Amino acid sequence: MAIPFSYSMRNLWTRRLTTVLTASGMALVVFVFAATLMLAEGLRKTLVETGSYDNVVVIRKSANSEVMSGVDRAQTSAIESQPEIARGSDGRLLLAKELVVLINIPKRESNKPANVVIRGISPASLLLRPQVRLTEGRMPRPGSAEVIAGTSIARRFKGGGLGETLRFGMRDWTVVGIFDAGTTGFSSEIWGDVDQLMQAFRRPVYSSVTFKLRDPAAFEQFKHRVESDPRLTVEAKRETRYYEDQSEAMAKFLRIMGITLTVIFSLGAVIGAMITMYAAVANRVVEIGTLRALGFQKMSILAAFVIESLLLGLLGGVVGLSGASFMQLITISTMNWQTFSELAFTFTLTLDILWKSLLFSVGMGFVGGVLPAFRAARMNIVEALRSS
Amino acid sequence: MGMGNNKPPIVEIAHLSKSYRRGSQTIPVLEDITFDIADGEFLALMGPSGSGKSTLLNLIAGIDKADRGTIRVGGVDITTLSDKELATWRSANVGFIFQFYNLMPVLTAFENVELPLLLTDLSRSERREHVELALQLVGLTDRVDHYPAQLSGGQQQRVAIARAVVSDPAILVADEPTGDLDRVSAGEILQLMDRLVREFDKTIIMVTHDPRAAEKARIIRHLEKGILTDIDGQPASPVAGS
Repeated sequence: MAIPFSYSMRNLWTRRLTTVLTASGMALVVFVFAATLMLAEGLRKTLVETGSYDNVVVIRKSANSEVMSGVDRAQTSAIESQPEIARGSDGRLLLAKELVVLINIPKRESNKPANVVIRGISPASLLLRPQVRLTEGRMPRPGSAEVIAGTSIARRFKGGGLGETLRFGMRDWTVVGIFDAGTTGFSSEIWGDVDQLMQAFRRPVYSSVTFKLRDPAAFEQFKHRVESDPRLTVEAKRETRYYEDQSEAMAKFLRIMGITLTVIFSLGAVIGAMITMYAAVANRVVEIGTLRALGFQKMSILAAFVIESLLLGLLGGVVGLSGASFMQLITISTMNWQTFSELAFTFTLTLDILWKSLLFSVGMGFVGGVLPAFRAARMNIVEALRSS
Repeated sequence: MGMGNNKPPIVEIAHLSKSYRRGSQTIPVLEDITFDIADGEFLALMGPSGSGKSTLLNLIAGIDKADRGTIRVGGVDITTLSDKELATWRSANVGFIFQFYNLMPVLTAFENVELPLLLTDLSRSERREHVELALQLVGLTDRVDHYPAQLSGGQQQRVAIARAVVSDPAILVADEPTGDLDRVSAGEILQLMDRLVREFDKTIIMVTHDPRAAEKARIIRHLEKGILTDIDGQPASPVAGS
């Protein structure tokens, strides 16, 4: 049978100061580790949730995003005639021809301008995106210079609030409504009547066509047909896929940066844990000799010290994670390099990140503790007892 | 040497030698020692520092390895056992009493005494029973939940004795058990050890400098320069205590 668990626990408690300091080092590393994963996850989630699985986005071939895309009226008509498009209860196609333009408007706090997406919408736009709800005011009247703004725009940009006025496209636009799109990317957009906006920006073409599939499984069939149609120079993506692609580069960058940083930091924390554990072994030489004399096997000694170090790591992990979980309260806004627009998102803690972080912290404890534990286990009993 | 009992020997040592290497030098510590210890004996090993008495004790207790010779304890030649087998053997057959008590500071008196029982198959409640009995034997039932730092030297040594006897081993080895204690506490500890021999038929092998401690023992052996002698300074006969 093994040396009691309480022996390892209480030894950590007995040298509280060292325990706290060592665990703090590990907690910091776990914090950075978890926070960067949460950041990447938050970004991914925001963009992916923006789309729906049974919606299809059609953009110009090889345009990575709506901003770079252009689909002319002849092509939109050809797309509108496809059989896979669902119809609403009123018999109309659930299809929206939209315009996406970037403008820059100053932020409320810093007065610095940042890029914001303006989306020209069709009547079906709201029906295609059930996650978008008008929370204040009303929808813009067709033919008027009225827009609605996402909650994130209303909060963070000058002129974005209800009743305020934004100036772009050489006209003043009144914000007549605020819409909530949850944590999706739409919260960082301004929506107005597509025809009004095309005139204002002097754009002859739409940016994209988005529609709902009558049968979600019919996507491949549709994609194949439109992409091989010689009249069309477009590509079709599921909306979820479209937005995931947009998050990919950034999320990958964040993850690689985060993991590189934490690997370097963790070296420091592991060395810290190792020093602590070597000191713990050195201070308890007589105890180790006594336990061995009483008949405890080398493996039991090894296990007792490894457990102690694992506990140290776990403590660091729990502290670091609880610190990181507070990051969920923070909303970050950053440039989405794929659309060149401002995007607001939050740190998102998932179960996956939770166990990865804990595993990481326990791993650090193990690496830091295993060599000292071996030293303890291999000690000569007589010499250990003599050092009293 | 006539004070010994007539029981068969529990420890039989034959031609035992042990030396240490210091750098390129080999320092002989024990040279061709042969002697027996009868079951239920209370033996004191005396001798100047460096005479090899602690080494002899460690060899009998199975925490050190001999260069040559055999040590049979209860019929088992422990010089042939592997490290792992020795550890198991010690847990069942040897109780240790140290000069500085060697209690685990983070464990209570109860938990310290319970340690050797964790190596047995006893259930939790059986362990509790044994520990309580051992603590009762040393008169510390009111200090069960105290940590070593909350106990006096004498009390700590009594906890250590309880730990040594809790698994009911055949032999107890004690290295200067009174070396760190005041006269009164030392007297109490020696009395307790004497009781273990008389009432519980334990065999105690004790290394000591303290003549008063040695007086309590029934046999005194001297070690000098690795050679065992009896109390008169004569080389010991192969079979002691007969």
